[in-house]
Amino acid sequence: MSTDRRTFLGVMGLGTLALAGEAAFRAAAKGEEGGPGAPSSRRWAMVIQPYKCLKEEGCKACTEACHKSHNVPAFPDRKHEVKWIWKEPYEKAFAAEHERVAESLREKPVLVFCNHCNNPPCVRVCPTKATWKRGDGVVMMDWHRCIGCRYCVAACPYGSRSFNWLDPRPRIAEITPDYPTRTKGVVEKCTLCEERLAEGKLPACVEACPEKALVFGDLNDPASEVRGLLEENFTIRRKPELGTDPEVYYVVGGKPDVHV
Amino acid sequence: MRDRAAIVVGLLVFLFLVTFPVWWNLAAGPASAPPKLALPQGEKECVAPAATMRASHMEVLMTWRDQYVRQSDRTFVGPGGRTFARSLTKTCLKCHSNKEEFCDACHNYAAVKPYCWDCHVAPPKEARG
Repeated sequence: MSTDRRTFLGVMGLGTLALAGEAAFRAAAKGEEGGPGAPSSRRWAMVIQPYKCLKEEGCKACTEACHKSHNVPAFPDRKHEVKWIWKEPYEKAFAAEHERVAESLREKPVLVFCNHCNNPPCVRVCPTKATWKRGDGVVMMDWHRCIGCRYCVAACPYGSRSFNWLDPRPRIAEITPDYPTRTKGVVEKCTLCEERLAEGKLPACVEACPEKALVFGDLNDPASEVRGLLEENFTIRRKPELGTDPEVYYVVGGKPDVHV
Repeated sequence: MRDRAAIVVGLLVFLFLVTFPVWWNLAAGPASAPPKLALPQGEKECVAPAATMRASHMEVLMTWRDQYVRQSDRTFVGPGGRTFARSLTKTCLKCHSNKEEFCDACHNYAAVKPYCWDCHVAPPKEARG
């Protein structure tokens, strides 16, 4: 059998094309539907209006509602502290580039929690995929899979993750039976109340805030309240220079009574 | 051949000792009875036939766990098109509310220690109807 050079190259080329096409088809057919990280039409975000938040000094309604509904333990010792949403001094929450923000804000504590970043460093370092980014933007946790290595705690630049150094159960004042507790050796953080979102409810902190200082919504919906607030106000995010692309926005600037 | 009696006695003693566990069990009476489980009242149908649940409820729970947490797939369509929430506490324990006499009774008998309850919370006793 004799094959000339031209025919040989032609056949090989077609074969390569066929193989590549098949691989592409398989990859397209296998696309994880509804799986972790599957694209979603929604992109949840939170806009915080500190002027409203600061109206009542020492208000802890959001923290209490969140920590109660998620069985977050209260350890008096700061070394063992576990927290999902809390207040942080301004200079700790924001970096120096926001030093021109009104003094009335800079001297007051800031409400902080997991930023549900678009580029979450905690997800990148998790060796067991116990934490991952969902299509709707929630940086989710699977506590079944957490091995307690604390890489994510080290990676998160916002301190949003807490490690259970001790058994949390004795430190939960009243256990909410519908939500699990965690065990010793597991990392936990805010999940944007994904269990409530699945039922069509707002996050517990948003619902609990007496001043409606927290606004939750879908960034992909141009008619949403969060989009409106972002369009009408100057907002800042925590440590944007790190490139984590947080989805929690803080309304600064303007006069306190301007914000609607 | 004068040792015959001693040898026979020795053999008998040996046989008795070797088969001692059998005698002991016979003397102790029937083996421990399997646990009597508290079955839910007013509910006849589980998410799968009883035999399947008995043999592989752990696989069902593991699958539900992954589907709920990782795929956000929160409802299960059971036999006859009935839908259930994929939830240990909200679905399983709603019917099998007596954890001590259902889950624990069998797990203790089989000497297995599932770690579900390290995190998940069984409904308190006083809340049961």
